[in-house]
Amino acid sequence: MRKWIAAAMVATMALVAGCSSTDSADDGPVTLTYGVWSQEETMQKLVDAFQAQNPNVKVKLQVNPWTDYWTKLQVGAQGGTAPDAFWMLGDRFQTYASNKQLLPLDDAIKQANIDLAVYPKPLVDLFTLDGKHYGLPKDFDTIGLWYNKQLFDAAGVKHPTADWTWAEVQAAAAKLTNKSAGVYGITAPLNRQEGFYNTIAQAGGSVISSDGKKSGYDDPKTQAGLQYWVDFVRKGHSPTLQQMADTEAVAQFENGKVAMYYGGSFYAQRFHENTALRSKVDVTVLPKGETRATVINGIQNVGYAKSKHPEQLRKFLLFLGGEEAAKIQAATGAVIPAYKDTQQAWVTSMPEFNLKAFLDEIPYGVVYPVSANTAVWNKFEEDSLAPAWEGKQSVPEAAGKLAREMNEALAKE
Amino acid sequence: MTTITTGSGVARRRSRTPRKPSLIGLAYVAPALAGLLALYIVPLAGTFQLSLSETGPFGDSTFTGLDNYRRLAGDADFWLALRNSATYTAIVLLGIPIAVVLAALIHSVDRFNNLYRVLFFLPVVTLPVAVGMVWRYIYNGEFGILNQALGLVGIDGPNWVADPAVAIYAVSVVGIWTSLGTNIIILGAGLRGVPKELLEASSMDGAGPVRQFVSVTLPLLSPSIFFVLTLSIISSLQMFDLIYVMIGRGSTAESGAQTMVYRFFQQSFVEYDQGYGAANAIVLLTLIMIVTAVQFRLQRKWVFYG
Repeated sequence: MRKWIAAAMVATMALVAGCSSTDSADDGPVTLTYGVWSQEETMQKLVDAFQAQNPNVKVKLQVNPWTDYWTKLQVGAQGGTAPDAFWMLGDRFQTYASNKQLLPLDDAIKQANIDLAVYPKPLVDLFTLDGKHYGLPKDFDTIGLWYNKQLFDAAGVKHPTADWTWAEVQAAAAKLTNKSAGVYGITAPLNRQEGFYNTIAQAGGSVISSDGKKSGYDDPKTQAGLQYWVDFVRKGHSPTLQQMADTEAVAQFENGKVAMYYGGSFYAQRFHENTALRSKVDVTVLPKGETRATVINGIQNVGYAKSKHPEQLRKFLLFLGGEEAAKIQAATGAVIPAYKDTQQAWVTSMPEFNLKAFLDEIPYGVVYPVSANTAVWNKFEEDSLAPAWEGKQSVPEAAGKLAREMNEALAKE
Repeated sequence: MTTITTGSGVARRRSRTPRKPSLIGLAYVAPALAGLLALYIVPLAGTFQLSLSETGPFGDSTFTGLDNYRRLAGDADFWLALRNSATYTAIVLLGIPIAVVLAALIHSVDRFNNLYRVLFFLPVVTLPVAVGMVWRYIYNGEFGILNQALGLVGIDGPNWVADPAVAIYAVSVVGIWTSLGTNIIILGAGLRGVPKELLEASSMDGAGPVRQFVSVTLPLLSPSIFFVLTLSIISSLQMFDLIYVMIGRGSTAESGAQTMVYRFFQQSFVEYDQGYGAANAIVLLTLIMIVTAVQFRLQRKWVFYG
């Protein structure tokens, strides 16, 4: 019996060895994998450009849809099979960086003489942990007020302008809402990046203290930023949360059921490709509250700490963060590249829209709030704020509970 | 402990004479055994070990004993998920009587017999994700055809899969619909095994069709019903895909309608809490084993092996 088991084990080992032996070739061309969740065509162009300059490195694109991306990445990182290079977001970054899953890039940045001032500062800060850098910003997005010109004209309401304030949005939402036609003035989804994080900052409040240790949800100013959205739902000027769970807020805007939508610059290409919608909608900067603010967020290209080819990987990452890569991305209109002075091509790629508005907001962009374990209190936000949106609890009640839960979680980090 | 040693001692003594043949036998089953070991036993042991640990996001873990299980006991969401899984299972089981009746009806008609079977079987061979997507549209509160149909008769339907009060029931109905096909096929095969002579004899004794069905067909069909019942309970308690596709992350009905496996997925792969997720999985496994064992006990009372 022992003999049999031994034989079986040897056979298995041989199989496993056979699978991995292809990796050991050193001098031949090296293959890197690059994990992304969208922009396939544009990313392929970047890969082609890099391969043309580096004939010894092949890059294979791995596209995983958004819904599976993080699950697969985490399982891959745990099992040692994560892509060599991959996209990272601010709210996940600290989890990966603090657990040593990311390839440090400081030496490579120094050697290549890269000045980090070519990127918007909030973006660089978002991806810095304990003074260390793990990648270069790929792109960024800000939030704007998208509106449906046709619905505005039909209701006889003047189009939004750059100097609109909250009061103007509230008045317009009331006028634009037409129950019998099934049209709402605005959508008020329970959305962080495109929704309440912006208005919290505009009201002078905060989601988390700047040292990442305390929740800001017990601050009345923060609560004012939430109340703004809750009022739209309570007055019937926005679809209810349940309606938006059935049909996504952005889809309601695309269907012409909603006149105003706080949406990211990343929707520009999607709205533009929709030929029926293209001529009907436009965008302007976010309306002013107590102050002006927009959430600024973005993707960073990072490397896997356990990559077998760290040297080639660093080269690839620096290329992805460089000027040439930024120009390629701007020209396709996929995203706003993070590299200084390359954004104009993005603005002109869709002349139908006032895309300059998204760039005008950069000076007052606020960094996307994160901590070491953002996912934990993000879940609390969803669970605790929903009752306020549904009218089951007042905003101070819901936000107060959230602040307590969040502080407890932050204390454990 | 002592019983085990004596037990294996007996086995060793007994197996001494036919040693060679048993080796060859082992060689024959080795591939299957290796598969079982690698795909079931080892992962199961791994899951159990994980359930006794506090885990970090990338697989680092520290042993914490029964902490995860204690946490489960005090977790309101866990009990809610358990209740939802039980509700879903109970409703899907209502599909079994429906399947029995449908199978009997199909069996009784002579023409297009197979056509009906194929039609009822279609949902089974359809991708669960596709099924979920289609039903999501049907259930859409504003544009779905269900609410439009209800509107015609003056009923203002809810947001079926967004309202936490009704979502689990709406999903359960789809569960019935998807399981009907398999059940009809299995029960149909059982019906073909009912001897014609018995039916003839009973009709000579003056039994009408209903009496015949209840007194002759049903008892002879009981082994098939038992089989269908056991399978349905196991698969219903493991339901994940319909919730994931029809309700999904961030929906207003998500926390109200989550099931045991959905929660396990959330904990393990969304919230990076694999130890806790593993504890959840072990509890579910134990629960399924108990329910199945109880069923095998009870079947002695009602299943008739002619």
